[in-house]
Amino acid sequence: MSRSSFYFFIVLLVFIGLVTAWMRHVDTGIPLKPGDKASAWMIEARVDFKAMEGKPVLASLNLPKHIPGFRLFFEQTASPGYGFTIVDKEGVRRGEWSIREASGAQTLYYKVQVVVDKNEKGVKQPKPEENAQVINLIWDQAEQIAARQLLAKAYNQSSTDVSLTRELIKLLSSRSEKQNAALLMEGHSKAEVLQKLLTDAGMKVRVPMGLYLEDRRRNQSLVPMIEIYSAGEWHLFDPETGKQGLPENFLLWNRGGNSLIDLIGGEDAQVGFSMIEQKMPAVELAQEYSSDEGFGILSIHHLPIEEQSVFKLLLLLPIGALITVMMRVLIGIKTSGTFMPVLIAMAFIQTSLGLGLINFIAIVAIGLMLRSYLSALNLLLVARIATIIVIVIFIIGLMSLVGYKLGFNTGMTVAFFPIIILAWTIERMSILWEEEGARQVLIRGGGSLLVAVVAYLGMQTSWVGYLSFNFPELNLVVVAMIMLLGRYTGYRLLELRRFQAMDQA
Amino acid sequence: MFKSMFKWISWRRLNDIGILGMNGRNIDYIGKYNDRSLYPLVDNKFKTKRMAQKYQVLAPKLQGVIEHQYEVKTLVNLLADKDEFVIKPARGSGGKGILVITGRKGDQFVRASGKEISLESIERHVTNILAGLYSLAGAPDVALIEDLIHADPLFDKYSYQGVPDIRIIVFKGYPVMAMLRLSTEVSDGKANFHQGAVGVGLDMATGKAAYAVQFEKRLEHHPDTGQVLNDIQIPNWPDLLLLVSKCYDMIGLGYLGADIVLDKDKGPMLLELNARPGLSIQLANGKGLLPRLRQIEALEETHLTAEKRVAYVLTSLQ
Repeated sequence: MSRSSFYFFIVLLVFIGLVTAWMRHVDTGIPLKPGDKASAWMIEARVDFKAMEGKPVLASLNLPKHIPGFRLFFEQTASPGYGFTIVDKEGVRRGEWSIREASGAQTLYYKVQVVVDKNEKGVKQPKPEENAQVINLIWDQAEQIAARQLLAKAYNQSSTDVSLTRELIKLLSSRSEKQNAALLMEGHSKAEVLQKLLTDAGMKVRVPMGLYLEDRRRNQSLVPMIEIYSAGEWHLFDPETGKQGLPENFLLWNRGGNSLIDLIGGEDAQVGFSMIEQKMPAVELAQEYSSDEGFGILSIHHLPIEEQSVFKLLLLLPIGALITVMMRVLIGIKTSGTFMPVLIAMAFIQTSLGLGLINFIAIVAIGLMLRSYLSALNLLLVARIATIIVIVIFIIGLMSLVGYKLGFNTGMTVAFFPIIILAWTIERMSILWEEEGARQVLIRGGGSLLVAVVAYLGMQTSWVGYLSFNFPELNLVVVAMIMLLGRYTGYRLLELRRFQAMDQA
Repeated sequence: MFKSMFKWISWRRLNDIGILGMNGRNIDYIGKYNDRSLYPLVDNKFKTKRMAQKYQVLAPKLQGVIEHQYEVKTLVNLLADKDEFVIKPARGSGGKGILVITGRKGDQFVRASGKEISLESIERHVTNILAGLYSLAGAPDVALIEDLIHADPLFDKYSYQGVPDIRIIVFKGYPVMAMLRLSTEVSDGKANFHQGAVGVGLDMATGKAAYAVQFEKRLEHHPDTGQVLNDIQIPNWPDLLLLVSKCYDMIGLGYLGADIVLDKDKGPMLLELNARPGLSIQLANGKGLLPRLRQIEALEETHLTAEKRVAYVLTSLQ
């Protein structure tokens, strides 16, 4: 492969890795940083009413569904004695409480937790039905004249339905039309008046209700908005400000213009809302939501928990491998067995560093002692390694037992050490000792441990574990870096020492 | 020596001298000029030996091969009439697993170091070789029994036990750098650098000693015998260069390390070839390999015969 195509390939790998990670981040909402918190709101709707003596009660509350800008995370109800079901009919969700008999003041609670999610667009709204609009607003003659004047003025100053709506809202709050506006709005809300006006103008209009989210507010009521249907789409306006689109921190509770509460067998129904803001770990939310489409399918979160933890460990290996390559290629540390240090580092992750080091050194030291006896027995290599494996298992068992008796419950974790690797390490070190002396054993063994500790520290870094698990594609970047190091022809750091004598040459 | 732990040479200085580093060696030379499929020819000394016979490159004579475990018991017969021999793994690396027997004392064999060793121990050694203890990646191996080399007495006063050997880097058939490795008391008679062997850099044009180091430090006299190292002159230098240059024709590896010994009767002999020769040769010479490698790389046309390549090296190498 030519130089340029190699670098192109590297750039491609990095690009694919980063772009995929970014797309996953956008698509699933998994944050790029560990510990990122998502904003969530706990909203409680409290329904108060008086039950009519001895009659069955059915209270039906309109519930939010597919709220734009939010995701429903969790909901629950509290209402002693009542049966509760959620009915989803024609895209409208209603919670229905029922009881055979009740008397006096009744209170029902519905709690919902929503998470702020800018990507949530809400469900596509259906076209308005013909003749479905009920407006219980009847104007007398004077009011009708005022209305016509307002409409005519707004009509002249606008070109489309959308701009007409905007102008109308402006006129209703303007000083110049104060009289007309005051006349129309006597006893009615601005949204109601607007609905009537716009319907008269021949438009399809509805009044969605929602809540302004503010931390620790109690006894809030729903705020009406105005929505018009134009060019195949619904357009939402704030009747107070005339601004188009959803206001900031506004939760649309009810869109279709359905009643908020229907009550049978009771009277004086009041619905009050209270809310608190909560911070939740964003990863957990994203994992809870890992969907079955797009990136969700490719998510490790779909695996059973046990397999997930295995993958969590496996996905750390590339970083460990990268560190090993760096230590070898950039620094030039000699190790016993190229990737033995990574495996040892993996064992350290399970055992904790200090304990792992002590265990490792103890196992290898005891193993070396016993191995020196074995060398006098004239065994075949395979048989000797096998014997060492058994010895290593015995040492590990013994250390676990001693650790347990001494009260270190962590003693058991030595079993995580890769036994075969340890056996080979002991064998190699032993031969190194016989052939090149104890000093080389210390150099190689120390080098292996150093690399293992550095790899351990790298793999233990919280954001490394977080990113490698939640964005496995970032390992492509790691691979690219490893490949890049594979073409590094410069000096190793320790060569600057090795050839230090050349200074006098 | 402790002080030298903290001494460093600057990157730029190393670069100016033209020192070849491990990464550069692996990628720019071994990776570029050494075809993987040819490695077995050098990694397996049995194959090297057969190639050497074919190309009439002089090498120690093969006395026997032990290929299977059951043959180990035949060692008694095989060694019956031999007082001196060398047992080595065919695929050993770094001189590991080489057993040199120089004589007998009763039932025992005498090693080069003077230590005695029983037949049983020799059998165990062969068993280890077969099991792959000394081979790369622990692959099963075969044991070779060869003639012992009688070092040219020329080196007697320069070497503590062991047979001095000459390592030559052959690049595209051109011998580019050479060193003589002398064992010392510290190195236990082994020609191993980090055990304390002395490396003597040789002038490529003349075969005369030009530089010497032990433990990466320059020295003038052999630490055991006190002889002035600069007096060393390799006899028949052009013949020796011719021998190693032929190794390129024989094996085809562009970046090759050849180990040569001088036998007092038979002259220069090929001991083994190495597809990944080490970098210490630069320390022994006090020079970097890169300028010479680049000089060869810059040649528009390489010389076709070993004789012409040697002639070029003797006259024109930097």
